[in-house]
Amino acid sequence: MNSHIQVRNLNVFYGKQQALKEINIEIPRQQITVIMGPSGCGKTTLLKSLNRFLELTDGTQISGQVLVDGQDIYASAVDVTEVRKRVGLLAQRPTPLPMSIYENVSYGMYIHQMRKDKREYKDAVRHYLELAGLWEEVKKRMHDPATSLSIGQQQRLCLARGLAVEPEIILGDEPTSALDPISSQHIEKKLLELKSQYTTVVVTHTLRQAKRLAEHVIFMYLGEVVEAGPAQEVFNHPQQERTRQYLEGLF
Amino acid sequence: MVITLLPLFLISAVTIGLLLRSWPILSAYSLKELLFGSIWKPSQGLFGFWPFIVGTFWVTVVGVGLAVPPCLLVSIYLAEYAHAFTRSIAKPVLDLLAAIPPVVYGVWGLLAIVPFVETFLAPFSKRWLAFLPFMAVNSPTGFSILAGGIVLAVMIAPLVISVVFEIFATVPNDLRFASLAIGATRWETIRRVVLPQVLPGIIAGIVLGASRAFGETIAVLMVVGNVPQVPGSLFDAAYPLPALIANNYGDMMSIPLYDAALLCAALILLGVILIFNIAATLVLKRFMK
Ligand SMILES: Nc1ncnc2c1ncn2[C@@H]1O[C@H](COP(=O)(O)OP(=O)(O)OP(=O)(O)O)[C@@H](O)[C@H]1O
Ligand SMILES: [Mg+2]
Repeated sequence: MNSHIQVRNLNVFYGKQQALKEINIEIPRQQITVIMGPSGCGKTTLLKSLNRFLELTDGTQISGQVLVDGQDIYASAVDVTEVRKRVGLLAQRPTPLPMSIYENVSYGMYIHQMRKDKREYKDAVRHYLELAGLWEEVKKRMHDPATSLSIGQQQRLCLARGLAVEPEIILGDEPTSALDPISSQHIEKKLLELKSQYTTVVVTHTLRQAKRLAEHVIFMYLGEVVEAGPAQEVFNHPQQERTRQYLEGLF
Repeated sequence: MVITLLPLFLISAVTIGLLLRSWPILSAYSLKELLFGSIWKPSQGLFGFWPFIVGTFWVTVVGVGLAVPPCLLVSIYLAEYAHAFTRSIAKPVLDLLAAIPPVVYGVWGLLAIVPFVETFLAPFSKRWLAFLPFMAVNSPTGFSILAGGIVLAVMIAPLVISVVFEIFATVPNDLRFASLAIGATRWETIRRVVLPQVLPGIIAGIVLGASRAFGETIAVLMVVGNVPQVPGSLFDAAYPLPALIANNYGDMMSIPLYDAALLCAALILLGVILIFNIAATLVLKRFMK
């Protein structure tokens, strides 16, 4: 397997409580990896360890390594903003910034000085809105506040905003759980379209969504990885009893 | 319902009372003579409030001007950078500072700030800054607008910090995370996402501090010199409106119209502070709802 991310002996504590125990996983390049497991098992925590979001919470302790292309993102010489630029995050609830639609998409490019002039920014904003499947709906109202969009449109805007800083990896923490079924389909469709260019890691609660998206599956339980592997194998021939029970809907 | 109307009723009652009691002077002199007259000699029938208005204005401006920049930095630090532990200490300390009686700040001003202005700031300004407007040193004592302003700045700082901090806390963390997630630094996030959101609230917090400073009496009265002149420099003594009222009300009441003049000063003070407070409250309400 050509793995893009390798997690080695990762342990995470919130204060005294251990949320992740000795995690060792590989995440394949340019595929969709789905993280599953019952509530509170540490899915969000694992996801946040991949873009160094854990350290934003007071009192977290992290040990172990997360290698992206072989480089430890927790090494002291690494610039955390550079990590977060490479590893984009689509949050559970859409969080448009309090700016216009246009500015939401240009914000990151602007911060990282990724374009030369106004013309380039404009073209880039259009490109990423198209990529997120939102352009046609917003092209006439680019300077309206982003909060005037529907929730589903806001989530696609957040996708465009994330893509605009040219990440290699997209993380999604139940990115459709706050959306209506049609908007969820939109997002799923986009993730499937984008997977050949981005390494994607998605947390989901719904087994059916996992089956629609996953090429690789990580199943977690109580802070540990119980089983991980190609989707077909895990779904059809789970090796562990716990996985089998979860897939049968027993908890 | 009755309870919520009570403050409104009280304020109206006080305003009407002051208006009635200051009516003799308001009908004897034009508003222009009263507000812009620069001579205050009640025994000769001269009642110009201009020296007091200018004095109040300068002391307030200096106090707020000195307080705001450090207070903003402290609030930003507490709200955006500090650990939860630091915050949990800062909060009670600020409340404690806000609860110290003004007279204690006044004594401190008298013992520390006035001599500091006299022996250090005034000679420094005389040597290096005297060419600037409002920086000339004409009086040899430290009792001055600057001393009043410094004491006020320290006094209103806890209030301004608390209010601004609370306003920062109203910005949902999700917004900060959204910005950090695409690789913005903390400072870029504060500057481009948080500050634009809280700017009106910060201004309201400053106005609230200003209104506190404007009405502050005892602490300022103890260090500002109380000379009824139109001050021309930060090192001049001044005589703010609240000090005028506090120093004189009850004395020399035999002079005709004196009592009405002082109550008219109180009316002016009340009017300005009400406007400040209503404006600040209206803005803050939008945030805290
Ligand atoms: N900020 C925090 N402080 C303390 N404990 C936390 C914090 N965040 C999460 N935890 C705990 O860590 C464990 C893992 O939480 P996490 O959010 O990663 O679970 P999850 O699998 O994402 O759950 P869900 O499916 O409900 O989103 C839980 O027991 C949770 O209570
Ligand atoms: Mg979660």
